[in-house]
Amino acid sequence: MDIIWTLLEALIKAVVILTLILLFAAALGVWAERKISAWIQNRIGPNRVGPFGLLQPFADVFKLFMKEDLIPKAADKTFHRIAPIITLGIAISVYAVIPFAGDVQIGDKVYHMGIAPDLNIGILFVLALTSVGVYGITLAGWSSNNKYSLLGGLRSSAQMISYELSMGLALVGVLLIAGSLSLNDIVGKQDVIWRWNVIFQPLGFILFLVSSFAETNRTPFDLPEAEPELVGGYNTEYSGMKFGMFFLAEYANMATASAIMVLLYFGGWQLPIPAEWLGLQQGSISLAIVQFLNFMLKIALFVFFFIWVRWTVPRFRYDQLMNLGWKVLLPLALLNVLLTAIGIWILK
Amino acid sequence: MLEAYLPLIFMLIFGFGIAVIFLVLSEWLGARRITKEKQTTYESGMQPFRTARDRFSVKFYLVAMSFIVFDIEVVFLYPWAVQFKMLSPEAIIAMFIFIAILFAGYFYELRKGGIEWQ
Repeated sequence: MDIIWTLLEALIKAVVILTLILLFAAALGVWAERKISAWIQNRIGPNRVGPFGLLQPFADVFKLFMKEDLIPKAADKTFHRIAPIITLGIAISVYAVIPFAGDVQIGDKVYHMGIAPDLNIGILFVLALTSVGVYGITLAGWSSNNKYSLLGGLRSSAQMISYELSMGLALVGVLLIAGSLSLNDIVGKQDVIWRWNVIFQPLGFILFLVSSFAETNRTPFDLPEAEPELVGGYNTEYSGMKFGMFFLAEYANMATASAIMVLLYFGGWQLPIPAEWLGLQQGSISLAIVQFLNFMLKIALFVFFFIWVRWTVPRFRYDQLMNLGWKVLLPLALLNVLLTAIGIWILK
Repeated sequence: MLEAYLPLIFMLIFGFGIAVIFLVLSEWLGARRITKEKQTTYESGMQPFRTARDRFSVKFYLVAMSFIVFDIEVVFLYPWAVQFKMLSPEAIIAMFIFIAILFAGYFYELRKGGIEWQ
């Protein structure tokens, strides 16, 4: 009986979170990208479908569903289909361990505001899944049997595994401070603004930020889809909603990267000031709503930063990208681990 | 204990299920007017020549191998970092020696040009 309730709770949460991802992370993300790029380039941007063009992404998705779904004759049909499933499936599943607000207590039952935010492997699960995400892009590139796709896929996998190292190492600094892999625990320790991890881990945060840009294949690291040289990169041979799935996954991943950075370094759903100052009780529903909005606002700021950078900074050359990853970020990340360890040791 | 992982598996099924539904919908709803030209591989409007199943630069393999070495190091660092506050000084020094050995390997690879891209 208990398991049925757990599953029912998980089902409701999964539906809510899925709506959140598809509506806000993906649809609103695409809209924001187009609108902000338009402002930066002194254009108007989408303004025909719905108020301020807000319904544009939905119109785009419907259009993509109706488009002809071509698989080239030379392509490996099985893997050509599996690749977008891996990419989008992973982009959605990662949200399983992300806490959206503090625990809420109703009666004597405590509800976690997320699918499994209390899991003691939290951040490890996120890293594991994003690593599997490399398969999606590599398979997409290889199965298309197209030279551009293959090069895009290869570049992308080499880039992602290179920056995953500095990302994982930058994370060790946070783990040293928090002493836990659970995202709820890491957030729980950052209850006021002067205890946010970014203050103790400025170098670690910058390393993590740069690696996140590379991991999500965003400019200045969007080499896998460098249009002037590789046409569309790994998704050249994709059309219809299969292309749309890569597109949605990119925006979902951007939101995930933002959420992870907020959780690790900027206090996650914690308010900058103690909740008691606002007269809100720990574990109450009203506090959870405020925390949730606060969390969303922080993510939105990061997503804005991602978009802002994309339309401001030019693209790296591939050798510059690999040099930055292996010769700058990796030693710096190791140095950050050593410095943090020594710092904590002395303070202890 | 394992019960805590149920929602996780649930979300995995859910996420991949949505992706499969999208794929099936796309292939089912989409228009179908296949011609011979449409099914050829895209190559900037030229007749495609040879296949893409070709050998590629050995650099990519080198990156992959270096990645495995350093990723295993990161995996070793995680339990150490989580338990750091409870560890004895010897355990901390041991990890510093471990990192130093890896650093030596890193500099060797650097000098040999293993991570050089031209």
